[in-house]
Amino acid sequence: MPVLAGRELRIVGFLCNWCSYGGADTAGVGRFTQPTDLRIIRVPCSGRIDPLFVVKALLGGADGVLVSGCHPRDCHYASGNFYARRRLEVLKGMLPILGLEPGRFEYTWVSASEGQRWQHVVTSFTEQIHTLGPSPIKTAFGLGMTTAMSAMPEGGKHAAA
Amino acid sequence: MKIGVFVCHCGSNIEGTVDTAAVARASMLFPEVSHAEDVMYSCSEPGQEAIIDAVRTHGLDGVVVASCTPRMHEPTFRRAVERAGLNRYMLEMANIREHVSWIGKDRTANTNKAADLVRIAVEKLRRNRPLTPKSFDITRRVLVIGGGVAGIQAALDCADGGMEVVLVERTSSIGGKMAKLDKTFPTVDCSSCILGPKMVDVAQHPNITLYAYAEVEEVAGYVGNFNVKIRKKASYVDWVKCTGCGACMEKCPSKKSLDRFNESLGGAPAINIPFPQAIPKKAVIDAGYCRQFIKGKCGVCAKICPTGAIDYKMQDEVVEEKVGAIVAATGFDLFDHSKYGEYGGGRYPDVITALQYERLLSASGPTGGHVKRPSDGKEPKTVVFIQCVGSRDKSVDRPYCSGFCCMYTAKQAILTKDHIPDSQSYVFYMDIRAPGKMYDEFTRRAMEEYGARYVRGRVSMIVPQNGKYLVRGADTLMGSQLEVEADLVVLAVGAEAAVGSPQLAEKLRISYDKYGYFMESHPKLRPVETNTAGVYLAGCAQGPKDIPSSVAQGSASAAKVLGLFSKQKLESDPQISQVNLQRCVGCGKCETTCPFGAIHMIDFRGQEKAEVIETVCQGCGICAVTCPQGAIQLEHFTDNQILAEVEALCQF
Ligand SMILES: Cc1cc2nc3c(=O)[nH]c(=O)nc-3n(C[C@H](O)[C@H](O)[C@H](O)COP(=O)(O)OP(=O)(O)OC[C@H]3O[C@@H](n4cnc5c(N)ncnc54)[C@H](O)[C@@H]3O)c2cc1C
Ligand code: SF4
Ligand code: SF4
Repeated sequence: MPVLAGRELRIVGFLCNWCSYGGADTAGVGRFTQPTDLRIIRVPCSGRIDPLFVVKALLGGADGVLVSGCHPRDCHYASGNFYARRRLEVLKGMLPILGLEPGRFEYTWVSASEGQRWQHVVTSFTEQIHTLGPSPIKTAFGLGMTTAMSAMPEGGKHAAA
Repeated sequence: MKIGVFVCHCGSNIEGTVDTAAVARASMLFPEVSHAEDVMYSCSEPGQEAIIDAVRTHGLDGVVVASCTPRMHEPTFRRAVERAGLNRYMLEMANIREHVSWIGKDRTANTNKAADLVRIAVEKLRRNRPLTPKSFDITRRVLVIGGGVAGIQAALDCADGGMEVVLVERTSSIGGKMAKLDKTFPTVDCSSCILGPKMVDVAQHPNITLYAYAEVEEVAGYVGNFNVKIRKKASYVDWVKCTGCGACMEKCPSKKSLDRFNESLGGAPAINIPFPQAIPKKAVIDAGYCRQFIKGKCGVCAKICPTGAIDYKMQDEVVEEKVGAIVAATGFDLFDHSKYGEYGGGRYPDVITALQYERLLSASGPTGGHVKRPSDGKEPKTVVFIQCVGSRDKSVDRPYCSGFCCMYTAKQAILTKDHIPDSQSYVFYMDIRAPGKMYDEFTRRAMEEYGARYVRGRVSMIVPQNGKYLVRGADTLMGSQLEVEADLVVLAVGAEAAVGSPQLAEKLRISYDKYGYFMESHPKLRPVETNTAGVYLAGCAQGPKDIPSSVAQGSASAAKVLGLFSKQKLESDPQISQVNLQRCVGCGKCETTCPFGAIHMIDFRGQEKAEVIETVCQGCGICAVTCPQGAIQLEHFTDNQILAEVEALCQF
């Protein structure tokens, strides 16, 4: 598996609670193996996702941003995903102006029953980000790749406060 | 703020691929975390006690539980922190099971990822505010959509429980598929004898309003207070006047309308009452076949009708009903076997569906209960049943088992022998699935007592030959080919979601699976609830099932409705939008954007400002993104909270 073999990159996912978050859950319940780069932020509706959140993540050094909501006409809030689509389409067109590679951002639809589709979306998006490589912003600002774990003290009791 | 982090092992579910102790250790480094521990099963009684204990002994202000999906246990842990004396919104969850341990095998990568997810949760929690729900009144009426046996049961149970029920049925009579069945497995009792009385109960129950020949057009509102628009389709007969005498049917000169009740085995008059036990027993004109509509002259029924009920100018009518809960029980449709070219693709007159066969077996059917071939009216001596036509077949996109065909085929093989003692039945099957009470015994009786020959294998082809049908198949147990000369072939066509199910799901704002069946909230623990509060499911609308299960689910959904209505008031979710009046410039963008009409403009000290109507706001947050001033914020998902999560993820 090319993605898992390589080093992890940082992908931020914004998922609506009802469809895509549920789809990611379904993928988990079905034990559908996925690359581990993605971290999911749960929001009520894809319509809650301000394009600025995406920009902020990319400017903050995220290597990729994935937004996923309900299929058209299947939104828990009637039309939130249409608002999201309109806003995020505009955003996609603007990314090059901001000096960001448009390939680092993707917008998809996954329903709560589509575990397998979610596995596919995560895997192919992660592959896409690995092809693009680490975000140029990160290198430009000299941010290193450390995760929470590398800052951890070894051993010791953790439960004490 | 003092935050406590609890990392759940979930037995080996999480601990198997995540070092939970290391995640807890890492959490201690996150801002404002003052306590962290790993717990065996955090949702269990001792697990919850451990959280409550820690909140009290360490004086925690907020709790992060890293465990399964919040869609599963958020309510559990919210109650737990509440018992510990905190506000229930001072809880965040990190989903390290569905989103981590179950989808990756690399322990280091998983542990890292789990720690990151805890970090996001901590950052969000630091910005949480205590929220208090408001309470609101409930409309104690329920809408049941679909008048099959599942919907009938749900309606009767709710009505008996003292609730007012509105029952909407698409066709002109309730009863669904069960009304068309001859006998029912595994007891072989007469279907209409057990369903009929229930249908009459619906008609006579003082608490039930029945809209037959009607469909749900629009659903607005929320749990406790739905507003529903129902379209009563024009029947061209005034149902107040119609007595169901049937005189019009006898005299109608056009007898070519589709006899839907008899599965198109015969023709029906253009003005029609589908069957003698129909509820309501009222006539409907099929405008597509009525001469008055086609040619503009006829008017026979209008002349004959003793009560003058005919009204060719009738229009659809839309009525509005207010209800507090909805039960969707729209049932199933049959798979269209014309997709199987090898079985004649629907062109061979004596290759029929199992439901058509039910009508041939039924004493109230088109042949008066005498089994006759549609082509020449002769009694068949060799009947071949083919199972799994449109079930368990990926090639026609129906990979699922329809669940009841094995049983109804056995029933039909038994009934065939009863009707024609010198007949021989063959059943081509893939596996026999008969797991219910007395079910396996029943299929055995078909073989042993009634001599049906069960052949394990698929039929490759049906060829008409000398007025008969050569059925060619494999006997995979014998390892040989088999040819049977059949007089009649009955296809056990599988079930699929009722036409229009996805559209109805969209109106109800519930999820449906890729085949159009409505999705339950949890496949095991919340089988009749949906993810939309106040909307419940019953019967085959959720997936194919037999009558006992449909009835059980109908009753179960009624129990849920009665439970919901037993509360004096409902609590509204406080995760709604709030307007910062100082920032609001009164542009009204949010008002036009909100899909629920939850925002209206008010006059505030002489200035126009936006105001959110608390019980109407659903908490989607679309308005928050729209507002150019950032004046409107969704509680619990504010810009600051989401940005803090983003930032937490970018710090590495
Ligand atoms: C050939 C055959 C034989 C069978 N024999 C047996 C048997 O012997 N024993 C047994 O236990 N089970 C048997 N079954 C299964 C049985 O038919 C089902 O379990 C049962 O009918 C399910 O009831 P339901 O109410 O869920 O659905 P349905 O019977 O399909 O009823 C659904 C109702 O909803 C209405 N509707 C659909 N969409 C809408 C809408 N949008 N708005 C309003 N109304 C709508 C439909 O018109 C219908 O009246 C058999 C099935 C078949 C096909
Ligand atoms: S969009 Fe914002 S500023 Fe405009 S009216 Fe609504 S809350 Fe006020
Ligand atoms: S969050 Fe805003 S857009 Fe969504 S329902 Fe509430 S007021 Fe309307």
